[in-house]
Amino acid sequence: MNLNELREHLCATYPDLCPLFSVEFGDGVMQVASSGLHSAAADMKALGFDMLGMVTAVDFGEDFELIYRLRSREMRVGMIVRTRVPRGNPSVASVTDLWPAANWHEREVYDLFGITFEGHPDLRRILLPDDWVGHPLRKDYEDPGVIRRPDYL
Amino acid sequence: MTEPRDTAVAPETPVPVVDDNGHLIVNIGPSHPSTHGVCRVLVELDGEIVVKAEPIIGHLHRGIEKMAENRTYLQVVPLTDRLDYVGSMYANWAYCRAVERLAGIRVPERAEYIRVIVCELQRIASHMMAIGPAGADTGATSAFMYTFWQREMVVDLFEALCGARLTYNYVRPGGVASDLPDGWIERCRAFIAQHPAAMLEIDRFLFGNVIFRARTKGIGVLDAADAVAWGATGPVARGSGMSWDLRRDDPYSVYPRFDFDVPVGSRGDAYDRARVRVYEAVESCRIIGQALDGLAEFKPGDIMAEAMPRLLAPPPGDAYDHIESARGSLGVYLVSDGSVRPYRMKVRSPAFCNLALLPLLAEGHTLSDLVVILGSLDPVFGEVDR
Repeated sequence: MNLNELREHLCATYPDLCPLFSVEFGDGVMQVASSGLHSAAADMKALGFDMLGMVTAVDFGEDFELIYRLRSREMRVGMIVRTRVPRGNPSVASVTDLWPAANWHEREVYDLFGITFEGHPDLRRILLPDDWVGHPLRKDYEDPGVIRRPDYL
Repeated sequence: MTEPRDTAVAPETPVPVVDDNGHLIVNIGPSHPSTHGVCRVLVELDGEIVVKAEPIIGHLHRGIEKMAENRTYLQVVPLTDRLDYVGSMYANWAYCRAVERLAGIRVPERAEYIRVIVCELQRIASHMMAIGPAGADTGATSAFMYTFWQREMVVDLFEALCGARLTYNYVRPGGVASDLPDGWIERCRAFIAQHPAAMLEIDRFLFGNVIFRARTKGIGVLDAADAVAWGATGPVARGSGMSWDLRRDDPYSVYPRFDFDVPVGSRGDAYDRARVRVYEAVESCRIIGQALDGLAEFKPGDIMAEAMPRLLAPPPGDAYDHIESARGSLGVYLVSDGSVRPYRMKVRSPAFCNLALLPLLAEGHTLSDLVVILGSLDPVFGEVDR
């Protein structure tokens, strides 16, 4: 199955998702609602995306975007699944039951962004000390030690 | 008369911590030679058998992803040197590929060839840092000297190339920092001519050594299904028989032009993980030889993309790109908001993903085998903690 066949398959399975499916930098990209993330991820796994490369997030102010990069060894394609969670209630279902690899990645996102993953077996800080206050990769994180460099540099 | 000793600063006698099951809780590290960096492993021991081993990371967390948001695209390149400090060229290259994809920069072919050459040399240097300590972990310290002699020659080549021995800052967005100096190609050819024989020697006296075999065979077995599920990549996955190499399976740069093999192990134990690296180093020599031959076709000095602006401001958007580093798939995800600084940089570090396997692999082995297993995963904590 190549990316075009995958696209047709996804259009048949999720008619409402098809306008949001695109191909960027060689990977398929699909945008799902945060409530449907786990079922979409389970479908992807059933389609043959056996490796979870990374889970990360970007702070876009009002909400956070979560990025899951999957990879199929058989089809030799990558797939990026994006979802958005509101800043007021940053929470999404964990995918550790599908890919154990998500364990540390989700802990890292929790640590640095403060996004909680429901169903994660061991959601603790991973890079920062347990008593750290705040989530540094949020754009509103204030650290007096950081001096904003002027724009001309 | 001497002052009475202040009891508050007197060293306390460590009291063994024993949990409810009678298991001894031991902290190894963070500063311990066998952890190959600053990793703390919280181990629960039943006698000498590891019941649970939990790596506690973050001791080297410098917030490089956050620092990148406060620097221009070019200023981030030296930061990427500090990720995997045993293989700086890889992080340089992965980052530059993401920037080039984001900004739509086309790299001259000569620069791509030079990148391949330096990154394959880096793979050799990095693998020497994994094979030698694998011997040292089991008491075979002489292997360390032999592999470090090889690594030293590569580092000398890099010093001649860019002046630095560890943090090169050599691969830049759009190309590389400088062309190869006079006489460098001949020195490089001399290195790759003697390297396979040196690896054969290592293969005989370390991997044929009865003590090393007894200490590593059947230790920390990772089966291929677990390697896939846990996202293991690089020699750790290939040692388990998972034939997966981005240079071949998701070809980037000029790799499709070269003829090389991807060595894989079969048992997935510490022995196979270490031995795969020996053969990868030999394959790297093949690639370097072909790349040096191909280099003659291109005009010297054509090493930087045309019309590179002094201040790079890629259009808004995002880009992900990855390369096969010495430890596995090293990816960089960049988000641009159109300004001169990255809005977000994420490094998908292979060492981080591979280290997550430690609890799985160490369970049921002895404490001394834990050291061997940790070494066979070859974590570099600059990259794990970022």
